[in-house]
Amino acid sequence: MAKTVAEINEKIRQGKAVVVNAEEIIDLVAKKGIEKAAREVDVVTTGTFGPMCGSSAYFNLGHTKPRIKLGGGRVYLNDVPAYTGVAAVDILLGATAMPDDDPRNRQHPGPFNYGGGHVIEALVAGKDVKLVAAAYGTDCYPRKKLETWINLKDMNDAVLFNMRNAYQNYNVAVNASDKTIYTYMGVLKPRIGNANYCSAGQLSPLLNDSHYMTIGIGTRIFLGGGVGYVAWQGTQHNPTSPRGDNGVPTRGAGTLAVIGDLKGMSPRFLVGTSMLGYGATMTVGIGVPIPVLNEDILRNASVRDDEIIAAIVDYSSAYPQREPDIVGEVSYGELRSGRIVIDGKQVPTASLSSYPRALEIAEKLKDWIVKGEFLLTEPVAPLPGVESGVSVKPLVERPIEEEE
Amino acid sequence: MAIRKRVVLQFPTRMVEQPIIYHLVKDYDLVLNVLKASVTPREEGLMVLELSGARKDYERGIKYLQDTGVKIQSLGQDIRRNEERCTHCGACVTVCPTGALFVDHKTKMVNFDATRCTACELCVLACPPRAMEVYL
Repeated sequence: MAKTVAEINEKIRQGKAVVVNAEEIIDLVAKKGIEKAAREVDVVTTGTFGPMCGSSAYFNLGHTKPRIKLGGGRVYLNDVPAYTGVAAVDILLGATAMPDDDPRNRQHPGPFNYGGGHVIEALVAGKDVKLVAAAYGTDCYPRKKLETWINLKDMNDAVLFNMRNAYQNYNVAVNASDKTIYTYMGVLKPRIGNANYCSAGQLSPLLNDSHYMTIGIGTRIFLGGGVGYVAWQGTQHNPTSPRGDNGVPTRGAGTLAVIGDLKGMSPRFLVGTSMLGYGATMTVGIGVPIPVLNEDILRNASVRDDEIIAAIVDYSSAYPQREPDIVGEVSYGELRSGRIVIDGKQVPTASLSSYPRALEIAEKLKDWIVKGEFLLTEPVAPLPGVESGVSVKPLVERPIEEEE
Repeated sequence: MAIRKRVVLQFPTRMVEQPIIYHLVKDYDLVLNVLKASVTPREEGLMVLELSGARKDYERGIKYLQDTGVKIQSLGQDIRRNEERCTHCGACVTVCPTGALFVDHKTKMVNFDATRCTACELCVLACPPRAMEVYL
């Protein structure tokens, strides 16, 4: 029995919608079967909470008196540089930006204690942030210097805009070399001493809608503790990635670009993050509701950790050299047990994305929907799927001949 | 009665080249586990030790250290978790050498058992939201 989004929204308004999270749906489908569960359940809520470097925020700061043209000048927020190559008082702050005087990896591994993600977290927490700017001065924007405290509540606009979030599946990282390496997948011990992974697995938005049947451009979502929208497919969106017999990608595949009002968000779900020896970034919380319109949609949304496979990749050689070789494949069920076997050896596993907080997000979104505070949307346009043929390309270098 | 204590030893420059730890083991029958050591010739040395043995031997050993001029501080629970900052991701659990940080497989939360912590500090910078804090 097919339902429509409009019908589900009507039930949400009447407080009659049946909403479960992506973990609860697994047992429910096992108990009742797909057909019965699809009739009874209206919405499955998903969640993920992990470091997502493709995150940023843009701001309109308001005009000073006399005016200053920050566009084309330099702007620092708590010493972290923001991008100014846009209009006079609009700036964009990237999650991985870091202070000019950060030691980086001069003493390896650098700690990367503070960056753009930390500034975004501070702003969302309602803290004052120090703005220091220099401009070149024009007839209509004469001022050249600006130093002031700013606060999120005083800005005209503060928008979280993340060009790549919510990766549908990801690598499991190991280190086959004989020294410790420091990566965006965490500290990796030599001789495959540990294996780090980063996906909410059975709770993760795009793993619960493996063929993008309900999640598309315009989908309303939980973003950073507030409400956001899917703006576009994320950068590096790769729907043609290898898939298992169940249709679920076994490598990094789809991604989402998302947008939302930073003023409605919370520092619990936007956390400044430091990856030792790699850089600063931000951990982002995202939850996407999946309307159960038919049995196929529910079948995808009831996927279990045991059925989601990821590739184990050596971050000491194959990854940096962009070689396609993998060490092996493993399921999230095995990864979550705390130990996997690689070449007959027991290897402890660790997650970089927080399952408990992903579950908290799915629960919060469920709560909003049950209370009638959050209505579902139909996509304005679909995300490119397998049939689009879209695939991610490497950069093919072409030497630049120096002119005499 | 057996005793197990963690101590921080500071060696003045002149003493770095003396075999003090050797005597601690040989003459006082103490079992020691080096948790952290930074000892460079002609510079001050710092060592974090876990000492275990009979209480009587431990007290005599500490007296010996004091008599040689080593500065001793006991090491309490000096690594704490900022519960507000911990996101329960798990990045620390394979870095922790003693299993003081571990995932509860039922709740999938990361637990911190301070009694198993040896204050090696490996988790401090490995923690992405920097929730593990050092108190001295």
